[in-house]
This record gives sequence, structure tokens and C-alpha cells, in this order.
Amino acid sequence: MAVQDAGVPRLAGGGSGFSVLNDQRVRGVLFQVLLVIGVVSFAWWLISNTAANLRDQGIEFGFGILWNTAGFSINQTLIEYQENSTYGRVYIVGLLNTLLVAALGVVLATVLGFIVGIARLSNNWIIARAATVYIEVLRNLPLLLQIFIWYFAVLRLLPAKREALDMGPFGLLNIAGWYAPSPVLGEGFWLVVVALLLAILGCFAISSWARKRLAATGQPFPVFLASVGLIVAALVVSLILVALIWGKPLTLEYPTLGNFGPRGGARLFPELMGLLLALSTYTASFIAEIVRAGILAVSKGQTEASYSLGLRSGPTLRLVIIPQAMRVIIPPLTSQYLNLTKNSSLAVAIAYPDLVSVFAGTALNQTGRAVEFILITMATYLMISLITSLFMNWYNARMALVER
Amino acid sequence: MADTSATDLSYVRTEMEPDAPRPRHDTGIVGWLRQNLFSSWTNTLLTLLGAWVIWIVVPPLIQFALIDAVWTGENRQACTTIAQGGVLPDGWFGACWPYVGDYFAQFVYGRYPFDARWRVDIVFVLFAIGLIPMLIPSAPFKRENIIYMAVIFPVAALLLLTGGHFYYGDFGPTDLLLESLRNSEWVQHNLGAEFLATVRSVQLFLAKDVQIGDALRLNHGFLADFALVTVVASLLASAWALSTGSSVVGMLRVIAITMGGIAVLLLVLAYDFGLSHVETDVWGGLLVTLVIAVTGIAASLPLGILLALGRRSNMPIVRAVCVAFIEFWRGVPLITVLFMSSVMLPLFLPEGVTFDKLLRALIGVALFSAAYMAEVVRGGLQAISKGQYEGADAVGLTYWQKTRLIILPQALTLVIPGIVNTFIGLFKDTTLVLIIGLFDFLGQMQSSFTDPTWASPVQATTAYLFAAIVYWVFCFAMSRYSIFTERRLSTGHKH
Repeated sequence: MAVQDAGVPRLAGGGSGFSVLNDQRVRGVLFQVLLVIGVVSFAWWLISNTAANLRDQGIEFGFGILWNTAGFSINQTLIEYQENSTYGRVYIVGLLNTLLVAALGVVLATVLGFIVGIARLSNNWIIARAATVYIEVLRNLPLLLQIFIWYFAVLRLLPAKREALDMGPFGLLNIAGWYAPSPVLGEGFWLVVVALLLAILGCFAISSWARKRLAATGQPFPVFLASVGLIVAALVVSLILVALIWGKPLTLEYPTLGNFGPRGGARLFPELMGLLLALSTYTASFIAEIVRAGILAVSKGQTEASYSLGLRSGPTLRLVIIPQAMRVIIPPLTSQYLNLTKNSSLAVAIAYPDLVSVFAGTALNQTGRAVEFILITMATYLMISLITSLFMNWYNARMALVER
Repeated sequence: MADTSATDLSYVRTEMEPDAPRPRHDTGIVGWLRQNLFSSWTNTLLTLLGAWVIWIVVPPLIQFALIDAVWTGENRQACTTIAQGGVLPDGWFGACWPYVGDYFAQFVYGRYPFDARWRVDIVFVLFAIGLIPMLIPSAPFKRENIIYMAVIFPVAALLLLTGGHFYYGDFGPTDLLLESLRNSEWVQHNLGAEFLATVRSVQLFLAKDVQIGDALRLNHGFLADFALVTVVASLLASAWALSTGSSVVGMLRVIAITMGGIAVLLLVLAYDFGLSHVETDVWGGLLVTLVIAVTGIAASLPLGILLALGRRSNMPIVRAVCVAFIEFWRGVPLITVLFMSSVMLPLFLPEGVTFDKLLRALIGVALFSAAYMAEVVRGGLQAISKGQYEGADAVGLTYWQKTRLIILPQALTLVIPGIVNTFIGLFKDTTLVLIIGLFDFLGQMQSSFTDPTWASPVQATTAYLFAAIVYWVFCFAMSRYSIFTERRLSTGHKH
């Protein structure tokens, strides 16, 4: 018997035999219950501490503060804002300024990033090297330092307030900003806008018709050229029409240099310029690497196969390489856009009036309502991130390789 | 047999004609230029464009940093033009290096007291001693090295930088227990005044200190708390071991080793080695940058590993908690996290508990980078083939054995480049702490602008140039290292 006993493996552990705690599912449930208790009690501890501290300081938690008068001015506002506007309006002004710099930054960074990324793969030695140096330098410097360099070192080299650098058709530039020519819309300009919208709709129609025709008959149609032609034609015709009926459809108001510096035109503040330059050149260095990786990820066999099917180099690039490269490029590209948006919060360092600067900065310091203002700011950035990731998931699902 | 003269092949060469040299325009410098710069007219155009870009960027930079730069001087006069009150000709624009030389010590140590700066130097040396062999893949004693970096170095650094001689006040479970005992109605009714008085006297005794030798002062309450935690942990561990049938002695040994180790570390930190106390307010410069970056990465690694494991767990609640944590920190900018830790963290804590500014920033940075680290580690966990998990399960390892012995060693090796990249990001992001009023390397520079001794129009530009060089050297070296590990790891994996 003893011999037999030794041969039988025990089911669980050591001497005392089987216990429910050795069941993985029971352990899982137990552990999760403990985790929930831990998280909830930790949260409760934080909240009760905060409540007690706020009570001691005589602050009542609530978002009613958003309807109080702010009483400070903001230099760059996209919507109407006065000193007697509310903190809620400060929030909107800040958010719009954040979105403005993010949108402009995304466009600039994408253009620059694609140029540098492709340049790095160029056969031209000097171009490839210059692109490499650009990427390695910009990527390895803190963004905040770059913002400081642009704002406190480079832009400070511009002429003083009463003088200006004349850039001809681009307006005037000095230390107080860029005075760009501002468009003054003439009477009847709406017609041009309508024509442009119609032309864009027409482009969609052409492309869908061309796709159907390609599927049905195999005959390709130059969609791109046709679209460009349609838009140009719509613009030209509508402009001429407006000019004939109402007179000048659009005039540019140029800034002039007065005794006290440039006047007129649309002024771009130096804070915005510095932030925009730093953000877009910095992000471009990351985008360039993404673009390079994307292009290199498409195997050479794809090009060769495409040539052997008889496609020329143009269609090969357009129909074979780029769609596959974009599948690799787009996900990290979106996260770079998101990074750019989050990084725009560094605006606070040079007092560009973005969300963090005016809302979580000036307004918070004025009211001392840290909890509400920080919560709202964080929630806003979280929303932007979540919306972007939702878009990314949708895009990935759409673009994922369909394997049969 | 055929006539041999008809097969006379003497007109055929017996040896090969030597290769003709490559065409002149295809070799040497000319050939290289033709191939790489001027192969077509578009290429020529691009070359000219590139040369133009280099021409507008590089010469002015060299002019500013080297040719027109001032190398010696006592004060602002050396670096200003006559119109600005200095000695240089009007229109001069160059770097002012004596300013950087004058401030160099402050850029490294901040306002750390002069006579204690050797302690910072020792910390830097200790760090290098631990780091360099760790970075070299073939260096021996990796295990000892990791223990040094994870335990010995942090304690030594904390001791040297702050001066040690910590005093642990009663953090309270024992006191809390006695207090609630005293206040409980049941006790008041049934045990009487004498018992209450005893409890009270115990409390008073716990509030006192015990002096061991000259250099060690410990609070009774703290000792009681430590004992209480040890006893409770031992009881829980024993109960767990008994109910699951695993070895009680083994469990208790683990507890004893852990608590003993903690006790030794706490005693070392409490011991007065005669070092003067240095408040974190006066830390600054590169010291603060490195402290934040290194602590951030060191704290975020274990937390990030736990979060990554949690995110891949089968338990839905664990997964949900981890995903929520990770996505929250990744969704907000670091600057809002720093604002939160500087203005909201004091509100989160019970009254009377305060953290200094540096520690608050460290907590924010650690939580923030833990989320990014979790995603890096998750990448490593996903890259390991399913067979490894299944193999570990098949030989009967428990979850933690499997994770510790099979999965993590492979996953963490795979993600070393990712960890280094996260560290580069963190190192660059430490500059943000200047916005909440800490003086890191860049912040120390910003603050030096207020000193009238060196105030000049070129001061900021010089400082930023210097900062750029320093940051770039650090980050570029790290990114090269990351690429080096990536190459080393990728051999054999690529098809």
C-alpha cells in the first residue's frame, strides 16, 4: 500500500490537501473583490480628504464658478471676449486657441514631415544627409527648449516694435508679430463660396462615377486632373461673374508702417508664431521617421510585381506603394497629431493663451479653485484623446488587411 | 584521325584580356559626385537647394558660437557692445561663453550648498559605476548589478543628497487603534477608568523617542507600528499558507526577509552620519533633471510591468482598472499632471501631511510615465509566442512563477529599446517642471537671466545654445544605445 501511495501524485500543494483557494477561478474572484475594495476605499479616502481640506479653506466645490466674471484680458481671442466675460467663456477662448494652434501645427508638421521623410530616402547625398541631421537634432532636444529658442532667441532677432521687415506680398514682420494682409470680402463673395462647395461635391460625384466605370468596363479616368480642373473652373467663373455684377470680389488690406509700428492687416502674435514653429518642426521630425518607415515597409517585390504587370512608375506609386505605406503610416501619424495637441499645452511657458495657460493657469490662480479647473482641463484633453482613438479604431478596422 | 592543322586554335586567346578601367567620370570623387549629387537635372537642383539650406543655417551658427564668440571676461561688459555699455564694437553678435563658465556649477548643482557638493559628485559617480556595466551586455554580475541599482544606489543617493538622519514620526496604525479603543463605548463601560488610563499612558509612551547611541533616534510609536505591520502580515501569510496548503515556514521566511530588509534600510536612513541636512528647495540644475528622470523611470518600471500584466489579465475588473489608469494618464498632457500634483495633491492628503515640491512632481512624473511604460511592456508581452505561455502552463508553473521565470525575462529584454526611448522622452519632459517652479537644468538657466552681472542681449541665446548641446549629447547617446540594443536583439529574429 505504501508503495502505491508514493506513486500517486497529489492534486494540490503540500500536506493539508485541497482547498477552494487553490481554484484559479475562486482566486480570481477573490483578488478582484479585493482590488475593487482597495480602489474604492482609496478613492473614498482621497475624496473625503479633499472635501475636508476644501471645507477648512472655506471653498465650496461646484462648477457655478464658471459663470462668474473673469476680469482679465486675453490678447488673442477667436470669439468675442471682454474683461467682464465669464470663466466659462475663458474656457471656450482657451480651447479654441488650443485647437487653432493644433490644427495649424498638424498641417505644417505633416507637410514638413513628409518632405523631410521622403528627403531622407533620396538618392541625393546632400539632401538625405541634411534630412538625417534635421531629424536627429530636432528629435533629441526638449520641446520646451525649442519653444524658448524660437520665442526668446530667434524671434527676438526681428526688428523692434516701430520698425518692420517688409516681406512684400506677405506683409510686415517685427518683434510684435506678423502683420499679414487680411482679405476683405467684397459684395457677392458668397457666390464664390457656393461655387466652390458645388465644385467639391462635383469632385466626389466624378470619383464615384469613375470608380463604377472602372469596375464595369476597366477604363480608367483621370479623376485628379478632372477635379482640379473643375475646382479651378468654378473659382474662375464665379470670380468673373461676381466681378461683373458687383465689382471686386476680394481685396487684400495691406498693413502699413506708421509712426508707432505697423497698422492694419491681420496680426499673428509672436507667441503663436513661436509655438507653432516649435511644435511643427519638432513633430515633423517624428513624422519624417514614420513616413520613412512606412515607405520602407512596403517590400520591393510589390514594386517589381507591379512593373511586371505592366504598370508604369506613376500608377505603381499611386496604386500600389502609397496605399500600403499609408496603412503603416496613419496609426502612428495620428498619435503624433495627438502628441502635438497635448504638447501645445507648453504654450503656458511663453504665455500663448491656450486652454492650460488661461484656464488652468490665470483663471485658476485668480479663483484658487484648483479641483474644478484642473478636472475640466484634464477632461477636455481626455475627450480629444478618446475621440482620436475612436477614429483610429474605426480607421484600423476599415484598413485592416482582409485575409481570406 | 582528322588533320590536326585544321584544329589549330592558336588564334584563340589563352588568357583573358585585363578589365578596362571604369570610365573616368564613373570613378573617384567625380564619379561619386555624378552619382550622388548630379545624376540628373532634378538631382542637381536638389543638391543646390540642399547646399543653400546648409549655407543659411551652418555658417551663422559657427559665426555665433565660435568665431564671434567671447571666451573670457569678468562680467557683462565683456559681452556687450559699446552702445549697450560694454567693450565690443556695435553690431557684434556672438556667444558669451564666460557667462556659461561662471554659472556652470549652478547649472549642475543649482543652489546646493558649496561645502556639500562633493556629495552630489559621489552620487553621480555611484550612478555611473552602476549604470555603465549594466548597459554593456557582456559585462558579468548582472544580477548583483541590478540589486545595486535597485536597492543600494537609491538608498545611498537619498542619504547623500538629503543628508539622511530621517526621523519617522508615528505614522499611526497603533496609535489609531489605541485611540479608537479608548473612545469605544463598550470599553468605557466594561473595562473602567483604570484600563483607559493604562491605554493613555501607553499612548504617551509611544509618543516618546528612544535614543540609541548618539546618532540614532527612533520614535516608540514608529517601532510599534513596524512590529504591528510585521505581525499582521505574518498572520495573514500564515492563514493563506494554511488554507492553500503551501508551506507556512516558507511564507514566514519571505516576510522576515522583506521586513528585515526594510528595517535595515530605514535604520540606515535614520542614522546620523554627520551629513548636513539639505532641503530639496535648493536642489537644482542637472541634479534635479537627473533625479526626476531616473526616479521617474525607476518608479515607473515596476508599476508599468504590473499595469501591463493587468491589462492582459483574464480578470475583467483588473483589466478594466488597468486600461482606465493607462488611458487616463496617456490622454492628458504632462503639464496638467504637474499642475495637478502641485496644486491638487496637497488637497488629496489628510491635514498636516505635506510633501515637498520635488516629491510632488516626482509622484506626478512617475504615474505619468508608468502609463507609457505599461504600453511598452505590453508590446513585449505580446511579442512572445503563445508557445512560451502554454509551455509554462504545461509544466505546471503558477501564474507568478510563469511570469517571473519565463515571460518577463524574455519580454523585458525585447523591450529594452522601448524602455530607453521612454527614458529619452522622460528626460526631455523633465524640462516641464520649470513651469511649476522647480529649477531643473533649463529652469536654472532661465533663473540665471535675472542676474544683472551677465545681463546682455546675447545671454539667452548663449544659454539656450549650451542647453541644446547638453540635452542633445545626452539624448543622442541614449538613442544610439537604443538602436545598438535593437540591432543586437534583432539578429536571428529577422527573416
